[in-house]
Amino acid sequence: MKSAVIIFPGSNCDRDMDVALKKFGFKNQMVWHDDQEIPKSDLIVLPGGFSYGDYLRCGSIAGKSKIIKSVIEFANSGGLVLGICNGFQILTETGLLPGVLLQNKYQKFICKNVHVKINNKENKYFKNIKKEVLELHIAHNEGNYFCSKDELKSLINNNQIAVTYCNENGKESDEFNPNGALSNIAGIFNKNKNILGMMPHPERVIDKSLSSDDGNFFFENLIENLK
Amino acid sequence: MNEVNEQIAIDHGLKKEEFSKICDLLKRTPNLTELGIFSAMWNEHCSYKSSKLHLKKLNTKGKKVIQGPGENAGVIDIEDDDAIVFKIESHNHPSFIEPYQGAATGVGGIMRDVFTMGARPIANLNSIHFGSPQHPKTKNLLRGVVKGIGGYGNCMGIPTVGGQTSFDDSYNGNILVNAMTLGLVNKNKIFYSKAAGVNKPVIYVGSKTGRDGIHGASMASAIFDDKIEEKKPTVQVGDPFTEKLLLEACLELMSGKSIISIQDMGAAGLTSSSIEMASKGNLGIELNLNKVPCREEKMTPYEIMLSESQERMLIVLESGKEDEAKKIFDKWNLDFAVIGKTTSSKKIELFFDDNIVAEIPINILAENAPLYDRKWKKTKLPQKIKFNKDDFKKLKITEVLKKILSLPNISSKEWIWQQYDHTVMGDTIQKPGSDSGVVRVHGTNKAVATSVDSSAVYCYAHPLTGGKQVVCESWRNLISCGSKPIAITNCLNFGNPEKEKNMGEFVECVEGINEASKFLDYPVVSGNVSFYNETKDKGIKPTPAIGGVGLIKDYKKMITMSLKNNENLILVIGKTEGHIDQSVFAINILNEKKGPPPDINLLNEKNNGETILKLIEEGLIKSAHDVSLGGIITAVSKMAIKGKKGFKLNKLKVLINKFDYYFGEDQGRYIIEIEPKNLSKVQKILKDNSVHCDEIGLVTEKDIILDKEPIIHIDDLVKSNTNWLKEYMDK
Repeated sequence: MKSAVIIFPGSNCDRDMDVALKKFGFKNQMVWHDDQEIPKSDLIVLPGGFSYGDYLRCGSIAGKSKIIKSVIEFANSGGLVLGICNGFQILTETGLLPGVLLQNKYQKFICKNVHVKINNKENKYFKNIKKEVLELHIAHNEGNYFCSKDELKSLINNNQIAVTYCNENGKESDEFNPNGALSNIAGIFNKNKNILGMMPHPERVIDKSLSSDDGNFFFENLIENLK
Repeated sequence: MNEVNEQIAIDHGLKKEEFSKICDLLKRTPNLTELGIFSAMWNEHCSYKSSKLHLKKLNTKGKKVIQGPGENAGVIDIEDDDAIVFKIESHNHPSFIEPYQGAATGVGGIMRDVFTMGARPIANLNSIHFGSPQHPKTKNLLRGVVKGIGGYGNCMGIPTVGGQTSFDDSYNGNILVNAMTLGLVNKNKIFYSKAAGVNKPVIYVGSKTGRDGIHGASMASAIFDDKIEEKKPTVQVGDPFTEKLLLEACLELMSGKSIISIQDMGAAGLTSSSIEMASKGNLGIELNLNKVPCREEKMTPYEIMLSESQERMLIVLESGKEDEAKKIFDKWNLDFAVIGKTTSSKKIELFFDDNIVAEIPINILAENAPLYDRKWKKTKLPQKIKFNKDDFKKLKITEVLKKILSLPNISSKEWIWQQYDHTVMGDTIQKPGSDSGVVRVHGTNKAVATSVDSSAVYCYAHPLTGGKQVVCESWRNLISCGSKPIAITNCLNFGNPEKEKNMGEFVECVEGINEASKFLDYPVVSGNVSFYNETKDKGIKPTPAIGGVGLIKDYKKMITMSLKNNENLILVIGKTEGHIDQSVFAINILNEKKGPPPDINLLNEKNNGETILKLIEEGLIKSAHDVSLGGIITAVSKMAIKGKKGFKLNKLKVLINKFDYYFGEDQGRYIIEIEPKNLSKVQKILKDNSVHCDEIGLVTEKDIILDKEPIIHIDDLVKSNTNWLKEYMDK
């Protein structure tokens, strides 16, 4: 399976994603933001970081970058596009995913482990995954998902809510919502479920020595589903 | 151009005698630009004029030392061609004036020091000290500093894996912000600042030069007064995004062979970077200031030379490599300009609008800089306090313990470190809030442990003992996670060196640091001095901060401090005499601030530490933690809190008052958790190495059980320990 990780100036989880993808068997290539073409891939990843410094709204400049046209074309033709953290922010800025990521409710950067519940397994990302709840890691200042009432209704009706913040038993409540996200939303799909944006980082939890190894379930499953 | 006179020199922070020395050396009066250059090079921050004589005595050599003090950072060997570049630096003065930018640029500056040498930063730490929590400025300063540190480090994508925060009245008018960075480099590909060869192009890269931070280093060399707010323009503004680009661009250029020398523009900007490179290479340097990329219009040579705009580097390239280098910086959208060349004149010569605007022999600026042997006063060891043990009878151990765990200086700092990205780069295997932060050496089985420590209370009571203690504490923190300590960096934060008492504190702390460093073979490889931490005649407590680095050869053998399994035994390693003077118990519970700090026995320190490493190597230790503030029971409680376990303590078998035993702060001690079946093996190793040990209790599921006291639940201790800072900051 081939994957491509896009590097924007200011991306800083590009290497971590590269390490994770390779560990689980992807042939990964790094693609520079100023390039126009993306090599043939089964998966494109927009990694975390602070693209172009994020001095404007997070992800907004990346959403207008040279490479992003190719990403949009790839996504619109049904290709798998995964955006993590800043990558999720970029996907909302391009309009590939609805809504916006606001500043965290308590106006602080938050770095810690969280649990998320998988809400929909009818897609390439989570089909056959052996878990209902994953322990992943978040590190962000703007992860407070928000969208209009109509958009939320549409997200629910189309089963687009991918993962939601919860406790280790899958219970969702304000107490387990780290950033104030609407309906505890940690990640969403587009209607076709080929695009996934989420705030938690599966690539930071891929072995026992790290704060969790639940990222393994995510990546192992993903490559299996792509075969 | 302005006529320079003595008053203008004094306004630049120079002393009368220093000005006449300049005139003598130059055999003329300097012009304003030249005066600016002298003031930048001869201030305390850049010249180390009060500290140099004493720093020279430090133990800086060792088998693992590749580069000691004198470069941008120190370098140590961690085997297999890998080396760690590391240093700590202060940004105290700017952080008090503008906490966010002050702290942010402190972090940016220290990272540049590390990647200037060719190393990719892999871990950040910080040591931050604030005034009393009740002081009206403390909360905002703390909030700003933490946001600034996070804002810069998080954007750079370097994990912040450890640190230390304290509160003390003596920092009310002078907070301390010390930032430390570790970088990883191949030991055959280290870059230095020494220029070589004549007529080599001098390149400016990074951000443009603006009017920010002019005289920053001079400001950091002065005491504060009521008008300190007016100094805001001397604080630099950080741009972590540009620094991230600069990091990637520099590392890309460094993978080739075109760099002769490289130096970041830190304190005193273009002035000190160009002079240092030329001085080390015994060369001259010629710069055309019209070529310097400027952010603002009509900047004068004076402003260009003294600006402390951030995210800039100066490089001496091999001739003919300019285009190749420029391509890389263009790719990363950074300024790149050839601004001059190296010369054989041994002078710094500056041109602007086709005129020569400064011409100074470099040896005058560097080697002839003033050097002071300041007067200093010795601090006598205070008399031991005779505590009235009857007073203790009113106290309950569990109540005292809960109170200690909730003290500002003991309570959990999670509110702080949760705002730092500590997991980016995917190699953090021990996070903040532990004895050490631990990161794996990417792609290997090795890991590097690192911590930063200071003990201002002990250093204030008796600087010599305090100096030794901080080094030992650092050593213990590294041992506790199973790493072999290799070397240290020090950030020496002190008051006004022109006062005999403050100077004495400096001299004796350095002596203590040196003694411990020698005995433990734990050399000092880099560091920084920050004097003049004084406001309106009130100075800080002497606060040397020690950053330590150790190596774990197989990261799977790393030890954490969380208690693991019920029924496991809890042992105290090292002898307990019950030293109460200067302890948290004495100061905060008994309200007794006098007396000597606990004594340091370096022989036991070394032996105990090395024996712990043997036990870890044999796989006999389940968890470990050093005993520090709050004594044995506070240490065990922190292990319990981390592991969400309880513990039961046996009735004491020693003839020491139980308060002295549990809360005393004798040094050189550790708490370890072992499996009962291994007790005799452990005891044999301890005995063979003549290490004292007390078996004090065992691990329980959730209950804290102490002889004769009501049982409490671990959640009570968790609450005591975690609530204070959250409530203080968010309420």
